[in-house]
Amino acid sequence: MSILGTRVVRTEDPLFLTRGAVYTDDLADPRLAGALHATIVRSTVAHGQVLSVDTSAALEAPGVVAVVTAADLTGLDPLPAGAPNVNQAMTRPWLAADTVRFVGDMVAVVLTEERYQGEDAAELVVVDIDPLPAVIGTEAAARDDVLLFPEAGTNVVAALGGPAPEDLFDGCEVVVTQRVVNQRVAPVPLETRAASAVWGEDGRVTVFCSNQGAQQAKGQIAGWLGLDPALVHLVTPDVGGGFGAKIGADPEFALVVWLAQHVGRAVRWSESRSENLLGMVHGRAQDQVVTVGGSRDGTITAYSLEIDQDSGAYPRFGPVLPGLTMLMAPGTYAFPRVHARARALATSTTSIGAYRGAGRPEATAAVERAVDLFAAEIGMDPADVRRKNLVPAFDTPFTTATGAVYDSGDYTAALDRVLAAAGYEQLRAEQAACRARGDVRQLGIGMACYVEITGANTGFGTVEEAELEVHADGTATVLTGTSPHGQGHATTWAMIASDQLGIPVEKITVLHGDTDRVPRGGGTMGSRSLQQGGAAVHQAAGELVALAKKRAAELLEANPEDLVVDLAAAGLAVRGTPGTGISFADLAAEEQLLVHTTFSAAAPTFPFGAHLVVVETDVESGKAQVVRIVTVDDAGTIVNPLLADGQRHGGIAQGVAQALLEEVLYDPDGNPQTSTLADYPFVSATELPDFELVEMATPTRMNPLGAKGIGEAGTIGSTPAVQNAVVDSVAHLGVRHIDMPATPMRVWRAVQQAQQEGN
Amino acid sequence: MHVTITVNGRQRTEDVEPRLLLAHFLRDVCGLTATNIGCDSTSCGACTVIVDGLTVKSCTVLAVQSEGAQVTTCEGLAAPDGTLHPVQEAFRTEHGLQCGFCTPGMVMASIGVLADNPDPTDREVREGLEGNLCRCTGYHNIVRAVRTAAQAGPSAGRVPQTQEVHS
Amino acid sequence: MIPAPFEYVRASSVEEALAALAEHGEDAKLIAGGHSLLPIMKLRLAVPSVLVDISGIRELSYVRVDGDGADAVVAIGALTRHHELETSDVARAEVGLLPHVAGRVGDPQVRHRGTLGGTVAHCDPASDLPTALLALGGDVVLAGPGGRRTVPVTEFFLGFFETAMDDGEMIVELRVPRLGDAGWGYEKFTRRENDWPIVAAAAVAGRDGGAARVALANMAGTVLRATATEQALAGGASIAEAAALAAEGTSPTSDMHADAEYRSHLARLLTRRALETATTPISVAA
Ligand SMILES: Cc1cc2nc3c(=O)[nH]c(=O)nc-3n(C[C@H](O)[C@H](O)[C@H](O)COP(=O)(O)OP(=O)(O)OC[C@H]3O[C@@H](n4cnc5c(N)ncnc54)[C@H](O)[C@@H]3O)c2cc1C
Ligand code: FES
Ligand code: FES
Repeated sequence: MSILGTRVVRTEDPLFLTRGAVYTDDLADPRLAGALHATIVRSTVAHGQVLSVDTSAALEAPGVVAVVTAADLTGLDPLPAGAPNVNQAMTRPWLAADTVRFVGDMVAVVLTEERYQGEDAAELVVVDIDPLPAVIGTEAAARDDVLLFPEAGTNVVAALGGPAPEDLFDGCEVVVTQRVVNQRVAPVPLETRAASAVWGEDGRVTVFCSNQGAQQAKGQIAGWLGLDPALVHLVTPDVGGGFGAKIGADPEFALVVWLAQHVGRAVRWSESRSENLLGMVHGRAQDQVVTVGGSRDGTITAYSLEIDQDSGAYPRFGPVLPGLTMLMAPGTYAFPRVHARARALATSTTSIGAYRGAGRPEATAAVERAVDLFAAEIGMDPADVRRKNLVPAFDTPFTTATGAVYDSGDYTAALDRVLAAAGYEQLRAEQAACRARGDVRQLGIGMACYVEITGANTGFGTVEEAELEVHADGTATVLTGTSPHGQGHATTWAMIASDQLGIPVEKITVLHGDTDRVPRGGGTMGSRSLQQGGAAVHQAAGELVALAKKRAAELLEANPEDLVVDLAAAGLAVRGTPGTGISFADLAAEEQLLVHTTFSAAAPTFPFGAHLVVVETDVESGKAQVVRIVTVDDAGTIVNPLLADGQRHGGIAQGVAQALLEEVLYDPDGNPQTSTLADYPFVSATELPDFELVEMATPTRMNPLGAKGIGEAGTIGSTPAVQNAVVDSVAHLGVRHIDMPATPMRVWRAVQQAQQEGN
Repeated sequence: MHVTITVNGRQRTEDVEPRLLLAHFLRDVCGLTATNIGCDSTSCGACTVIVDGLTVKSCTVLAVQSEGAQVTTCEGLAAPDGTLHPVQEAFRTEHGLQCGFCTPGMVMASIGVLADNPDPTDREVREGLEGNLCRCTGYHNIVRAVRTAAQAGPSAGRVPQTQEVHS
Repeated sequence: MIPAPFEYVRASSVEEALAALAEHGEDAKLIAGGHSLLPIMKLRLAVPSVLVDISGIRELSYVRVDGDGADAVVAIGALTRHHELETSDVARAEVGLLPHVAGRVGDPQVRHRGTLGGTVAHCDPASDLPTALLALGGDVVLAGPGGRRTVPVTEFFLGFFETAMDDGEMIVELRVPRLGDAGWGYEKFTRRENDWPIVAAAAVAGRDGGAARVALANMAGTVLRATATEQALAGGASIAEAAALAAEGTSPTSDMHADAEYRSHLARLLTRRALETATTPISVAA
């Protein structure tokens, strides 16, 4: 039996569980001995003119080696606007010289001998700022009366799509429209950002940093600093979570590289959580208007999604997100007419970047809310409205109204499976009884159907490389351009190689994240790793077998076609002649047995699923508690169900977190209100139930493994399912919509309002 | 000032600043980096260690406040022959860790839960781990792991009593 | 983040602690569990130049019945940790509300460090145990340069992080009347299980509807009694009628979790629920 599809426990765990993983801040690399510690001084004012930065007191403090300000950073170009489609006047200074644009903007860096001295000295840097009005929220930004970049002439960072056709909703019996907020959230990987850099005598710099793709991070650092990429050696240690927010390099990392050169010593930096909540990108942050029209029999004929994307102070990946949202706007539905349009706006807040799902959860949340609003308006069961409008099962590519080409799917089956597993009819009966009794705790039942794009080409193609070598001692090494940070590639990639070579998983080492050893790679993001990186390993294993056959044929004086893989012996055998074979290890002893391959996926894949959530809402206080989550997440063929389920779990939890708890808040002056984990309500174990996972696997033809992405699916499905469940729990009291996060106060107020309106 | 702390059975006397946090003592002075720091508001539990039999967040204890204490970190759990502690073992078999950052603190907190309650329900495990945050697992498999570890019997709630005194 | 530098003094007795406070004056601060003080020192919202560590005074950690008969009270040492209070058999038998509330403070690790004296001295308007103490009544015993004095709990919490304790004094004990057959209820409203309360209500009531006391957390600059509710109950009002008055005389703030209107609503709701529990004939003690 193939090892693929079995629950193999992770090979990386014994070390993680005993001496702990080695994250960037844990490194005891001898080259970093005696490194200086960098402490960044950040603006405490959201928007203002920098009048002066006085470093004199800090320079006198114990252990201070240097205090660097904008004046020292001569010869560096400002950081370019983060995406090609944005207003290129919106560049970012390394350290603010004239203007600060958000609380957290970098102003100075203190270098000290010891970590503790840095915080003491940073307090002594006196930054005098003349405040300007803050720009908070997309509405304020769109007014353009305060400009973050006067030279750009507008706060509009990018505009996507044109106006809606005037006849979009013509002929619709029912049209419902709703303003929907997909709030700003903080990714909060448990490991904050960290970087260290040391320049060698050979003129090359070694950079260690926490990221999701070494090659991309290296390219950015070299590009920003104007360095020959050949001089940059980037190493990714273990990474404590990323969720999109660690894609590429952050300016801080490049600054550390520059500082190490500037002072001629190794430099290390690791941020505190408070700094992380200001400095690391936030996610989501879309204000949407959904409009849905159709007939009273439940058929939806037209759908419109208008998006204002908050992209924060300095445009990074933020303006790219609504493009993905627009592409995925109709989701799983066969709506004949779909319109989507977006603009991205600069505000005096932390920049927006990718966060688990990046653009797709926003699409699903919008359309799933719209479908529920439509169902409520016509008084039809939301499951029936969905069934009526879902794209019928297909196994040849289906092109949507917005031009996405879905590979394969059976959305109705996913919905039916989740409803059956949850006992939907029974739940509705219980709900009716609760309502009839007028219970304080009311049941809410919410569902969401989703489809998302994974392995999309975000500029690096849909390719990935792999190198595979079998050694004479019977072990093997896999080099991959993907960049695991919790996903377990060390185990899964080993399984994929083992499947074709018979070498046990424990004997296969998977290496990644060192740009000298793996110069090219796309990293781990957008749920691409297995379908591209894993597929590359699969392809490499096949090529290695072919190479081995060629070599063995000579040695054994056999016809290559007569050679077959003998998995038990981890080698080749002559068909029908037992005991005549040769192991891969012995072949490697004769001559290096190594292949390097590039896998190119035909196209992105579109995993899909359906989630059903049950909440109990205390209607007197407004507090909703999730009591059940049942999910179908079809990601094609599953290589390791143990790890795939883990990805689903984590994703589901982050969706619940957004729907019920988490939101980054600013006051009108741009002061962050959620800048520690005491204030930012990160979801904890007590707010979540066990997850009920239902299996479904529709393989894709886009890669030989049949695998689609699984990393983000859970989040995309659970977020709207929870939100819909909360609304449903108070629907009988007249409530139609509650924005996320559905806090107790929001739910209570929605009920109050509905009842006042009802009277 | 001088402080003497027994860490994983090894007594250490060190000259430290009074403000040195126990978490930094463990990481920077002892070189035991399994104990992580994930926040500055005593919220995340990544720094959880066991001090004199009780779980504590080592980011909110001064090293000098631990004078004379017995401290156990995740590095001090496995047997010298490498056999994992029942809680470590269960985290592995149940896939209770992904990126691993919360893990050492989560393992220590789980031992604390089992020390108080050798056979907890799911709800009791969740409440017992309310001071430990994980971004990766959604807690599902962590709860499974603690329940599985409980099957190993009372040893799951104990820390090893290693009395090896190096210096 | 790390605290600013300070000098550290370890006190092994109340006398040593008081002497250190006297010597260093205003710049000195006591540290017990450190779970209120260290977090704000790490954010540099507090920068004491001397810390006097009283956590080693273990003889101030106890829960016992003091005195006989009708005068007997439960005496709790100031350095009793939340976890010790939560699991104390004496506390469970005599003042069930307190160990129950101790078990709802923060998370297990916090309860392993935080002390009763520390939470009372810190006087956070949202703190749980001071709210329970207000509903229970009793006294705070202070030791100072001039000896010991006793302040009724009802006169101890004066305002925003402000108590009746003078400079140079420390809390050594809490004395709490035994509950006897009085019932109690505690309603803590949070978004996440381990959060500080958005609002909390503690109620203590005779099972026969006799005089009841209700205290609220996070409805003003400090924990406070719901006097309008108490008076209405004394005047014969129903629980529902009395609870409707719970927000009278309070001054709740608005923050990102709740605005003042919603807090007032919660105060009324939680007071009603706490009173209902307190007057339910079956003991609900944990
Ligand atoms: C993550 C977290 C969550 C929490 N959640 C809650 C919660 O839900 N509800 C809640 O009520 N509390 C909560 N707390 C606070 C917790 O209860 C603290 O332990 C308590 O408030 C302070 O006790 P301490 O012994 O740690 O005091 P310390 O931090 O040591 O001291 C606090 C203050 O009291 C003074 N002090 C201490 N002891 C004495 C004494 N004997 N005499 C005079 N002055 C003294 C100190 O000088 C200092 O000013 C939480 C704390 C944390 C870190
Ligand atoms: S680092 Fe100690 S609780 Fe977060
Ligand atoms: S495993 Fe990554 S934070 Fe828990």
